[in-house]
Formats: sequence, C-alpha cells, structure tokens
Amino acid sequence: MKIEFQNISKSFNGGNNVSGIAVLDEISFGVAEAEFFCIVGPSGCGKSTIINLAAGFIFPDKGQISVDEAAVAGPSASRTVVFQDYALFPWKTVFENIEFGLKCANADKEQRRQSVINLAEKVRLSQFLDCYPDRLSGGMKQRVAIARALAVNPNIILMDEPFASLDQQTRDVLQEELLGFRNEFLQTIIFVTHNIEEAIFLGDKVMVMSHRPGRVKAILDVPFPKPRRPEIRNDSDFLKLKQSVWRLLREEAF
Amino acid sequence: MVNLKAAVFSIFPVAVFLAVWEALSLMGLFNPQFIPSPVSVGRELINSFAHENLLGDVFSSLGRVVIGFLIAAVLGIGLGLFVGANRKAKNFVMPLMELFRPVPPIAWIPIAILWFGLGDKPAYFLVFTAAFFPLFTNAVFGAINLEETYKRAAYSLGAQKKYLFTDVLIPASLPHIFAGMKIGLGVSWMAVITAEMVGAQSGLGYMIQFNRLLLDTPKLVVGMVVIGVIGFSLNKLMVRAEHALAPWKNLQ
Repeated sequence: MKIEFQNISKSFNGGNNVSGIAVLDEISFGVAEAEFFCIVGPSGCGKSTIINLAAGFIFPDKGQISVDEAAVAGPSASRTVVFQDYALFPWKTVFENIEFGLKCANADKEQRRQSVINLAEKVRLSQFLDCYPDRLSGGMKQRVAIARALAVNPNIILMDEPFASLDQQTRDVLQEELLGFRNEFLQTIIFVTHNIEEAIFLGDKVMVMSHRPGRVKAILDVPFPKPRRPEIRNDSDFLKLKQSVWRLLREEAF
Repeated sequence: MVNLKAAVFSIFPVAVFLAVWEALSLMGLFNPQFIPSPVSVGRELINSFAHENLLGDVFSSLGRVVIGFLIAAVLGIGLGLFVGANRKAKNFVMPLMELFRPVPPIAWIPIAILWFGLGDKPAYFLVFTAAFFPLFTNAVFGAINLEETYKRAAYSLGAQKKYLFTDVLIPASLPHIFAGMKIGLGVSWMAVITAEMVGAQSGLGYMIQFNRLLLDTPKLVVGMVVIGVIGFSLNKLMVRAEHALAPWKNLQ
C-alpha cells in the first residue's frame, strides 16, 4: 500500500498558554507500494511524530495523511508499529506477545499457534516462546516485537528507531535479518532512524529532514540492488552516499 | 535450605521473647490475672480448640472477612479500573470518594448496627467499608499509570476495547491491584475483630471481649494470639496468590 503525506503541519502544546511548539512544518512526501522508506534527521526534528501520525495515534493540525487514497482515521492492524522501547507486554510470554494481534483478529487457536511457531522460527526465538520479555536481551526483545508486528500480516510496518538502543553488533545483525525478511514479507515500511548508515543500508529511499520544525530537506534514491550484502557498507559508492547525507545533516546540526 | 535458614532466623527472636516471658512469670514477677504465662496460654490454646468453640469463632470471623472482602474487591477493583481508565468517570467519582474515605471504619459501627442490627450483616458492611478504599484507590492508580505505549501497541495490533481491558489494562494494573488487596485484607481483618467486639455474638472479637468480662485472661490472650496468627497467614496467602497470578513480576 502507498502512503501519502500532504502538507502536514503539527505542533504540540507548550503548556501554560505558551504557544504551541511547531514540530512538523508543511511536510509532503509519498511512499510507494512495498517501498522501504527511511527517514533520517537530527533529534527533535519530528521523525517520531511522523510515525505517530502514520499510525493514527495522533492527528495533524493541517494537511492530510492517506493510505491508498483513504484518510488515516486511527490505529489499525493493517499498519503495525515497532517501537524503540519495544513496548512488549511484560505480562505476556513471547508466545502470547506474538499471538496478541491474531487473538484480536479472532483467528482460531490452532491457526494462531501455527503462525506464532512459524514466525518464532524466522526470528530465531523458538527456544524462548515461554519466556517473559524481561528475561530477553534487547536484540531478542526487538525480534519479538518485529514478529508481533508481522503476525497480523499488515500492509504497512512503521518502525520508530527500532534499533537505537541496541549495541552496534546486534544492530548490524538485526538490520541484515530485517532485509532478509523482505524475501517473504513485502510490506511498505517507514523506518525512522538517526543513523545514516542504517538508513542507507536498509532503505530504497532516504528522506533527510531539517531541524525543528521538521521540513523535508531531500529525498534520495538508494541505488544499490537488494538483496544487499553486509559488506556493502564499506563499498565506495555506499560511503559516498553516506557522505552526502551527512553533509545535508551537518547543515542542520548547529 | 535458604528458606529453612530464614525460618530459623525469624523464629529465634520469638523463642527468646517467650522464654524471657516464661522465666519472668516463673519468678512471680507478673500477676497472672493481668499477664498469664506463655505455658498457661499454650495449655489454654489446646483446651480451647479441643473443648470449647474456638474453631467456631475462627470460622465466624473468617467467613465475615471473606464475604465482606469479596464484595469490596469486586466493586472496588471494578470501579477503580473503570474510573482510572475514564476521565469523565474519574472527575465525578473521585470527589465522592474523598468525601467518604476519611471516615474510619470504626466510625461506621454505630450506623451499621442501626441499619443491620447485630450479627453477620454489620460485620460484612464494616469489612466492606474498610477494604473498599485501599482496593479502589490502588486499582485507580494502576489504571492511571498504564503506559501510553502499551495502549498504542495494542491498538496498532487491532485490539478492541474488550482486549484492551482484559489483556492490557487488567494485567498491567495487577501489581497495584495486589498491593491494594494486601492492604485491604489486612484492614478487613482488623475491622471484623472491631465489629465483633461491639456488635456480634460470635467470632474472635466477641470471644476476647467476652473473656475480659469473665476475667479469663489466658483465654483472652489465646484469642489475641489466634487473631495475630490468622492476620499473618492472610497476608502470606495474598503474597502467594500474587506470585501465582502475576508471575512476570517475580523474575529477579
């Protein structure tokens, strides 16, 4: 499914009658069907706000957000979210967490079990289905969250700095796994990050944002074909692209 | 092994306390009319269970606590979660709660007897008034503190209101609910003893008051000991229940 942001502005209350703080200013961009769309920008540029708007958690002050021409009216299982802090339910086991969306969709029990088992195998968590999330490492937690988001077979997955709290090695592995899933799961993805290399490695397109209030600074095509080898991160073209994104961002980091 | 060690460690001070008490009694330092010796209390304890109606009194008191507490738990936790999750309801209900909450359970005794007469009913009512507020307040607190991201995660996975309640709100609030149940059960037990001292013809509260009138001090102390032991066990029971129902909370 394709996603369209048209002239979106959003500000938040400053509290105590302080006039609102503008977070997004007249943002427009489109994400094509099955595209992996990465958004990078300095902190506070409204990246997460874009995810919250696309998810239907909050609504824009001005402009329109549509998914396949229909306006976003609220959260929906066709647009699942992977959060930076995982947001796994601590009172549910790994199995129950992955199963939750299917339960809400009233899928029958055996079918639910099969899907959970299949997904757990893909994210390499078959051994941990009965564990509570507190027992898992950060990388494992985020794999549970990804499996949970995939379980309901959404059209769109919104990822809000999902790997930001992980160490570099875990992060690299998860990026590679995420690309690996693309052979089977061809959802449209919006992926927010502040890590340039991550955005380029994963994205079909990278949108660079300006400092607050967030505006679209540039939308770049990432020319490398998929599947991408992990070593691509050291190729000269990759590094060149990284440099140009970095230059765009540096103008913003004053 | 660790448990055994811990048990020995907590029994030791009690044993010392009893030994000193017994020694001082043997030395004739206490008037048994006021402070009976531990051995005489122990003898009376066995006698009361075997030949008197101590067990009947225990069951009367426990029955009153269970019924009053269950009514308070259903209404207090139910209303608390609803109010905590619903701002309009909260704005309406909280001022009323603040109006009633400062009235201590004991102050309800006269009007409870007026309404219900003597016997079980005023005791149910009193246990209810004692347990309701801690149960209610903690459930409200649990629901209010539900993290926004859990709600968002649930909604984005397609959760309807029903599942938000059963699979998110209730389990997320469970630790607070159990805190309320522990406090609530503790004050219930105190309330039932108080109620029985004033307005009942059975139960442990009635039994100690009755034995005071007979000046049967060992029996009175037996009643106090049993009250203490049961109060302690009720709390342990709640801790067990919490471990069983909220297993994710005890991982460390």
